Amino acid sequence: MKIAVLSGKGGTGKTLVSVNLASAAKEAIYMDCDVEEPNGRLFFKPKNITSESVSIKIPFADQKLCIGCRKCIDFCKFNAIAFIINKVIVFDDVCHSCGGCVLFCPEKALSEKDKIIGEVQSGVSENVSVITGILNTGEASGVPLIKKLLNNNLAGKALTFIDCPPGSACIVMESIKDADYCLMVAEPTLFGVHNLNMVYELVKLFKKPHAAVLNKCLEGENPAEDFCREKDIKILGKIPFDSELGTLNSNALISVRENQKYRDMFSSMLQIVAKEVQHETVANS
Amino acid sequence: MKIAIPVDDKSTETSVCQSFGRTPYYLIYDTESKESVFLDNSAAASQGGAGIKAAQTIVDSKVSALLTPRCGENAADVLKAANIKLYKTVNASIQDNIDALNDGKLSLLEDIHPGFHGHGG
Repeated sequence: MKIAVLSGKGGTGKTLVSVNLASAAKEAIYMDCDVEEPNGRLFFKPKNITSESVSIKIPFADQKLCIGCRKCIDFCKFNAIAFIINKVIVFDDVCHSCGGCVLFCPEKALSEKDKIIGEVQSGVSENVSVITGILNTGEASGVPLIKKLLNNNLAGKALTFIDCPPGSACIVMESIKDADYCLMVAEPTLFGVHNLNMVYELVKLFKKPHAAVLNKCLEGENPAEDFCREKDIKILGKIPFDSELGTLNSNALISVRENQKYRDMFSSMLQIVAKEVQHETVANS
Repeated sequence: MKIAIPVDDKSTETSVCQSFGRTPYYLIYDTESKESVFLDNSAAASQGGAGIKAAQTIVDSKVSALLTPRCGENAADVLKAANIKLYKTVNASIQDNIDALNDGKLSLLEDIHPGFHGHGG
């Protein structure tokens, strides 16, 4: 069972929710797909780490074979290739590794070479297997890294939480693509509603069963809750705006492992989530 | 010699555009014949790599120098590979900059910025 935890912006509580739900489970797998800023590992501090580098294919030009037809340059939507004084110049950092230029080259002057873009680290933290994708700074896209990460043998072997990147762009789509269920984390502000709506539209587009968890809840008005009611989105949990929880979290501690109160809160949330996921996936299978 | 300047409009009254890669037009000016030609910058609407594509246009127009307020590093790499000199514009006026170049008063553009890349993808 794979549950993707996502939100329309950063700092909403994706990592808080996924790290604590995974910790509350008897056995779980936590996959950090927020490859530009993977921070779940700061909480889990996993041991026995093994790491595997991830590479992509980028074009490599044989200048002797190039006739200067520029078909590669015209094809490249990312403008990663230039032709200067009879020489093909490839901008590795701009290339999105689609391979189109190599296919289009009539002289076979372009071939592919490997370029390492990051790594996948696997380790263990008590009851949780922690798998982290780490993209090297400056790389154009984390998608190939997330693909590799989610292909890990462990994925889905136990209750799996996929901690998604923020937003609703390609890397988020890649992260939720194979998920059985999507959990959207939202903040109780108008801005939070705007961001919730972004991921809500995305999960609908992907036809994923979904629900919301409301974070930083205060007494009184909650625009995110109103939005959920209006759109008929189930709310599976409400996390209070609580300085003790905030302090634990900002010290990179897992609240479930530190305090019985939070263990109880996330355990009951986990039960509701697990029941809901089971119900939805049976209904959709 | 032929020079290029990023400009806001296709007219001799126009001013220097603040962006090299995403300027709407380039003025290609011949300092000997004093002829002006305007080029559309097809890179202006690019999702990414605008500087590289724009620099390719400039290289293909066979100019010897580019006068610009600033330039990103990818574009600068292309221009330098083509041995095009980069000069820093002194103000927004086309004529002032051409005069300054003719008088040898323009300095080379030294501060190449790392680009304003979005996240692509």
